[in-house]
Amino acid sequence: MAEKVPVTLTINGIETHSSVEARTLLVHYLREDLGLTGTHVGCDTSQCGACTVQLDGMAVKSCTMFAVQASGSSVTTIEGIGSVEKMHPLQTGFWEMHGLQCGFCTPGMIMSTIDLLERNPNPTDDQIRHALEGNFCRCTGYHNILRAVHYAADLMSASSAPEVLSADD
Amino acid sequence: MPVHQNLPHESAWLHVTGTAKYTADLPEPRELLYAWPVMSPHTHAEVLSIDFAAALERPGVVHILTAADVTGQNNTGPVRHDEPLFPHEVMYHSQAVAWVLAESEQVAQAATHLVQVEYRVLPAIVGIRAALEQNSFHNPQPLKIVRSGVYGGVDLALEQAECSLEGELELGGQDHFYLETHASQAMLDEDGAMMVQCSTQHPSETQTIVAEVLGWSRNRVAVQCLRMGGGFGGKETQANAFAAIAALGAVKTGRPVRVRLTRHLDMLLTGKRHPFLARYRVGFSKTGQLEALKVDLFGDAGWSLDLSEAIVSRAMFHIDNCYFVPALEVAGYICKTNVTSHTAFRGFGGPQGMLVIEEILGQVSRALKLRPEQVRQQNFYQVNHSTHYGQPLDEVRIGRIWNELLESSDFVARQKLLEGFNGSHPFFRRGIAITPVKFGISFTTTFLNQAGALVLIYADGSVQVNHGGTEMGQGLHTKMQQVAAHTLGISTQNVRIMPTRTDKVPNTSATAASSGTDLNGMAVQNACATLLERLSEVAARMFGQMFGASVHPQDIRFAGDLVGALGRLETFSWQQVVSQAYLSRVSLSSTGYFRTPEIHYDKVLGRGNPFRYFAWGAAVSEVQLDILTGMWTLERVDILHDCGNSLNPMLDVGQLEGGFVQGMGWLTMEELVWDDSGKLKTFAPSTYKIPTLAEIPTDFRVNLLTHAFEPKVILGSKAVGEPPLMLAISVREALRDALSSLGNGAVHFASPATPERLFWAAEGVKNPEKERALEGITAD
Repeated sequence: MAEKVPVTLTINGIETHSSVEARTLLVHYLREDLGLTGTHVGCDTSQCGACTVQLDGMAVKSCTMFAVQASGSSVTTIEGIGSVEKMHPLQTGFWEMHGLQCGFCTPGMIMSTIDLLERNPNPTDDQIRHALEGNFCRCTGYHNILRAVHYAADLMSASSAPEVLSADD
Repeated sequence: MPVHQNLPHESAWLHVTGTAKYTADLPEPRELLYAWPVMSPHTHAEVLSIDFAAALERPGVVHILTAADVTGQNNTGPVRHDEPLFPHEVMYHSQAVAWVLAESEQVAQAATHLVQVEYRVLPAIVGIRAALEQNSFHNPQPLKIVRSGVYGGVDLALEQAECSLEGELELGGQDHFYLETHASQAMLDEDGAMMVQCSTQHPSETQTIVAEVLGWSRNRVAVQCLRMGGGFGGKETQANAFAAIAALGAVKTGRPVRVRLTRHLDMLLTGKRHPFLARYRVGFSKTGQLEALKVDLFGDAGWSLDLSEAIVSRAMFHIDNCYFVPALEVAGYICKTNVTSHTAFRGFGGPQGMLVIEEILGQVSRALKLRPEQVRQQNFYQVNHSTHYGQPLDEVRIGRIWNELLESSDFVARQKLLEGFNGSHPFFRRGIAITPVKFGISFTTTFLNQAGALVLIYADGSVQVNHGGTEMGQGLHTKMQQVAAHTLGISTQNVRIMPTRTDKVPNTSATAASSGTDLNGMAVQNACATLLERLSEVAARMFGQMFGASVHPQDIRFAGDLVGALGRLETFSWQQVVSQAYLSRVSLSSTGYFRTPEIHYDKVLGRGNPFRYFAWGAAVSEVQLDILTGMWTLERVDILHDCGNSLNPMLDVGQLEGGFVQGMGWLTMEELVWDDSGKLKTFAPSTYKIPTLAEIPTDFRVNLLTHAFEPKVILGSKAVGEPPLMLAISVREALRDALSSLGNGAVHFASPATPERLFWAAEGVKNPEKERALEGITAD
């Protein structure tokens, strides 16, 4: 077995210490070591976006980086942005607007959209299309995803301070 | 009313919180092993020897699975037994010849390079034209459907027609690109029986194949499918071999085994939508009336038969689309080639057949200088026509859909505007087209049209529903929840849909042919009706005991979580009645069953009523094409589709939008390329382009046909899974319309209509001479 390297990460607000093989991808660390299987692997080659998470507040495809590269950072996964009891507006939006079918792309789609809405709270259709171009969906035809994003944006701008359970909470 | 209303997807709350589990998300059991295939570097070769001694020495490698480990049949062919799990003869590039089992995926993958396989390379057949040259078919004779017409034969009718055209269309296949790749996990139960978790559309067949490979009876194998991250037909048969590998590995090592394909492996190893070649001759009048048609359809089935006979048949059934062709002869050839075994994909051959007739009508309109929408409309079937295979049409909804959609999409006015635009712009051309869809619903293999269900009511009134269908995102479980709640008269919150398991409902059919809701819905309804009969007797007695009322069980009604009786104001709660039933020792579980009536087909004669009914729809697409680059944008799409009295309009509209965009991908951007040696070059999203948010219509208007109750189907609804894919043919025809404005040359382009093909097509229309000179260097 290859030598293990220590990695310290704040995952969904909780600090974790472990050691991993240096080649371990962040997505594999999240899924296999931490059991956070809401982050999916769709293409293994950094194109489909199903593995998108937030790294220090920015959307990244977690199959593009090693776990050790993320060491010292704060990572938020789909499990960390809300719960069934208290959903993030985007979670409500994708649910209510039928912005999903098989659901496999949904966590990555939501994590990318959080990034978009933080930069641009009221995006146009074109801006959403551009921002989410790197997230594939094979089921919906994307139209309801646009609707879900608008729904969430409206919900978030209605409540002046959108509540996002992030690492800082 | 839980039905005929928008209810979000039953698992949506799990999906948005990341808690929904797919097969590869299941907690890893102790001692789990991972499997990785040893793949052939040759397209067609004999396997002379496999030496895995070096691989076994690698730390972490536990076993190498080969044919020697198979205790039952070394075969996973679903229809014809022509698919060795461990081949003696490699039949396509990258085919697995052995599988490494190791402590981790990385170790298994690395160890495959240590397995020494000796091959004797054989000549390969790649592509339909090569198959034709070498006479390589899965069946000795083509399939045929002939309607002679009144003139005494199709050939004679073709000769007598005022005009005729001959042509050829090459159309490409399509990778399913479900976001969740194939995954299976197998482990032995405490009594040595097999439990397989599998991303499969057909758990019963997966169970069958696993049992056959192990040489066990089927009652020792259970298969569960929690859900799939998309299926689209790609998990109808293709999951079986991977489940068999996992199961065989579990038996051999006594440890749980997981197979999860990476995207590369998935694209290299699994079958796709069939590429087709069509050669046609069509006879028609100067006014554009179709008189006779003769078509040869050649489907590239790949190395094994799989479902290809039914798929080529469905292409033949749909060569008419919505059009009455008085004399029609269609032949279907199942080409055997050295590529992956092509398989079910949304539409199942139907899209290929329909694309051919729409291509023909596009060409006929162009030749006659008539508007294509007029030519299409004047050839529509009328009520009491019958199809070329002899199925009478007791209802034809396309006329109403067509007129309503022309009106609501403002077609005529927009078409005029486009003419002005095209006359004024130097290099943008706009095009608009409307195309229809008629899609036959039922498995054309009649015996598959059956379904079972098992409904359990617990003493607290809560309900579990098991049915034979699988959930792949289409919303089947949501609809089954609605049907059960509606039938039992309770709220959907009281109904839980259970994961699909072969030990709950046996001998099920694949969730396929758009029929998941039709078949399983009837079975669920049947089970619920049985339970209601029993509960009605209990409730009638309760009315007597509590209120001294004489109530007949037939007068008991269930609605809104209450149980009442005709003519009585008193009610009991659902829970009271269920609880009393339990105390009175009344059975609270029931199976349900359904088989589709009145369908039959004789494939030797090419005659029968293979379909219970037809789904209808139409779409208008408008495109803007840049003739300097071949790039284009989809400006607006209007869809009007017949979902009967939709069980859940929100889910159905989702199917329409998703199906349309997937069809647009097939027809315009998704291009599979095999090199001359037979290796698939497009085995990742970097080289295989599926639609993204950037390509969907800017303006997308989707509506369901109103007043569309369908009496033959569950609660008046209609199937929706496959039909909308073919609405995307309107995009291809809109591109043809845009090209048509460039000049008088013929508009020829193969499918998919990639920007490269559109560029050359534009050159051809502008300058027919130049097109001929360039023929040698075009991709077609």
